[in-house]
Amino acid sequence: MQWNSLVTQLFGPYHGMREDGDFLQGEVIFDGEPVAVIGTTHHAPIGVRLALAQARVVLDTVTQHPGRPILLLIDTQGQQLRRRDELLGINRAMAHLGASIDLARRRGHRVIGLVYDQALSGGFITSGLIADACYALPEAEIRVMRIPAMARVTKLPEEKLTALSQSNPVFAPGVQNYVAMGGVRSLWQGDLQACLREALAHTPTEDQRARDGAERGGRRMAAAVVQRVLDDA
Amino acid sequence: MISYAECSARERLALLLDAGSFHEWLPPSERVTSPHLAQLGVPCAFDDGVAVGRALLDGRSVFVAAQEGAFMGGSVGEVHGAKLVGLLQRALRDRPAAVLLLAESGGVRLHEANAGLIAVSEVMRALLDVRTAGMPVIVLIGGANGCFGGMGIVARCADYIVMSDVGRLAMSGPEVIEASHGVDEFDSRDRALVWRTTGGKHRWLTGDCDALVEDDVAAFRAAAIAALSGSKPLTLAALEQEHVLLTDRLHALPSTGSTATTDSDEATLLWTALGIPDAQQVPELSVDAVRALRTV
Repeated sequence: MQWNSLVTQLFGPYHGMREDGDFLQGEVIFDGEPVAVIGTTHHAPIGVRLALAQARVVLDTVTQHPGRPILLLIDTQGQQLRRRDELLGINRAMAHLGASIDLARRRGHRVIGLVYDQALSGGFITSGLIADACYALPEAEIRVMRIPAMARVTKLPEEKLTALSQSNPVFAPGVQNYVAMGGVRSLWQGDLQACLREALAHTPTEDQRARDGAERGGRRMAAAVVQRVLDDA
Repeated sequence: MISYAECSARERLALLLDAGSFHEWLPPSERVTSPHLAQLGVPCAFDDGVAVGRALLDGRSVFVAAQEGAFMGGSVGEVHGAKLVGLLQRALRDRPAAVLLLAESGGVRLHEANAGLIAVSEVMRALLDVRTAGMPVIVLIGGANGCFGGMGIVARCADYIVMSDVGRLAMSGPEVIEASHGVDEFDSRDRALVWRTTGGKHRWLTGDCDALVEDDVAAFRAAAIAALSGSKPLTLAALEQEHVLLTDRLHALPSTGSTATTDSDEATLLWTALGIPDAQQVPELSVDAVRALRTV
């Protein structure tokens, strides 16, 4: 979905969101209360500059508007694959963004992620996946790698991976698989305003993803292994 | 002198920590392995490539995880990631003096990519919980596989990073960037370029690591002991300071494009902008000499 169509559905035609290159930002009113919205568009590659731009808004929100909810709108092709960004420490910039969002959560801001178009690998770890919880639109796509590319890298036959992906969500693209594994809390369908209202009111602040993944059968071992480490002598 | 890079994860645990003090949770005898690799017909490891447990370091209680680079590049799958999360959650409960992470990883394991990606984010949240509780998380990077991908982000979420000059810390590996944007963007076979971009000396000069050591297990041990009281609370002020540092760095390196600078000069340009004299000499200098150059 186009970001403008999404925010119009969520916040009405006078939403006030701005697009600056690949970067989205706005202070919107939802149910009479202000919400800080940060996002990316055009399948943005997340490099140092874009990570810092997002972190800036998070830190400003924490400073100027204590407790204001933050909505992260996600559309990214992943991290910027450039030598310059690596030289500049893209991993540190990403960690900084993640730590900034984490600080906001700890100070009582509700932080909600929404994958509205696509979310790939590194660009996703320090946005939706570090929020209180992440949601997705049904038509969105989340993946680390497409199956043909994965077949090349892992040297496993593409047919085999495709066949196995029917029964095991861990290596196949798709939002439904992320729901099954607990990485996405649920899909937003129908009345998007009702979905956001529900998310702002009932999203857990604890990390429940391993437990969700076990209950939904998509990630059977993670929660149990965590518990075994906690219980081992 | 024993090369840290050439040690296995378990050799590092044996040599770095107080002798005989490491007690492992979910040891290989428990055979907690990846169910996904088995399904793909790929060999698995009885520890899924990471050993976690408690130990003593200089007589103090620490929790420690060591990733094994020889098993699938130390990659993070469902079980591997859950062992790290379990260790960090246990630290939050039991309050050791510190958590040590002997990182050696290419990042998310592609064979179980979706689970690995979620696991890395769970590790980040659990690590930040430990940090917020005032226990330092200390990351040691000196394995031959470096610390990349999601683990490169995890490392920078920690309080303190120790690197050797042969250690590498980054996000995307040079091979991935070369495959994506061509050999002119990043020649992964140009070893000097790879180390100027991701290596220990570069990370030290930019302040991305907190201690630069020789490739020697004893040097890593000494640096880890020195870091035991190195808790750095993640406050709003600290994050604002971090923001300024990263923004200044972004602006310190001139944009490529019209300028006729050759690719190989970019690291030197950045070091010069950071105030390093005779920056072009850095790759040839000893660890001691580079340590003395830092201005950040």
